[in-house]
Amino acid sequence: MIAEIIIAALVLLGGFFCFVAGLGVLRLPDVLIRMHASTKAGTLGSGLILAAVAVYFADTATITRAVATILFLLITTPVAAHLIGRAAFKVGVPLWNTKVEDGAAEKLHRK
Amino acid sequence: MNEMDILGTAVDISFVLVMLGVAFAFVRLIKGPSLPDRIVALDMMTVLIVSFCGLYAILSEDTAFVDVAIVLALVGFLATVALARFVERRQAGIGDSGSKPEDAS
Repeated sequence: MIAEIIIAALVLLGGFFCFVAGLGVLRLPDVLIRMHASTKAGTLGSGLILAAVAVYFADTATITRAVATILFLLITTPVAAHLIGRAAFKVGVPLWNTKVEDGAAEKLHRK
Repeated sequence: MNEMDILGTAVDISFVLVMLGVAFAFVRLIKGPSLPDRIVALDMMTVLIVSFCGLYAILSEDTAFVDVAIVLALVGFLATVALARFVERRQAGIGDSGSKPEDAS
């Protein structure tokens, strides 16, 4: 009973954060701000749902695989976001009301 | 019986929320003004489908979908890195010099 309620709460929270990530990607004004919504909220939503999977199938193999997936997401999502952000800044996408640090545009050859 | 209803309802609601997130990301993928916008939307769709695989593993009580989630996270990361490098190099003009049409002819 307690485990069911915990799993239901984890699944609902994860779904809510996935929804917020989608909403942020659709509605926010700028690539870098959209990336903020997609990486943080998306990773939290997926992590919570995979934690619910680990609690639901309470055996060693599934818990190991779910925790490995969560760790993999936590490691790779910032790297991918850094690469996309640098590429977007270099290509010169229009930024929304953002103060670019002095010298960053020249150093990164921003178009 | 009652607690199974709680879990089943939670999984159903979460399916709807995740698919709404995927639909919003797909709208951004279609109308994104620049290529980095589309890459961000694709990356987030991959992460959302990973969580969809987790939900489906709970629904069908089959642990094989956790493996699908691992592989999908890996392939999505590789695709995102490759697309980001492609955008950066296309802007820098690297890669155009190797395959000029006059060299081929």
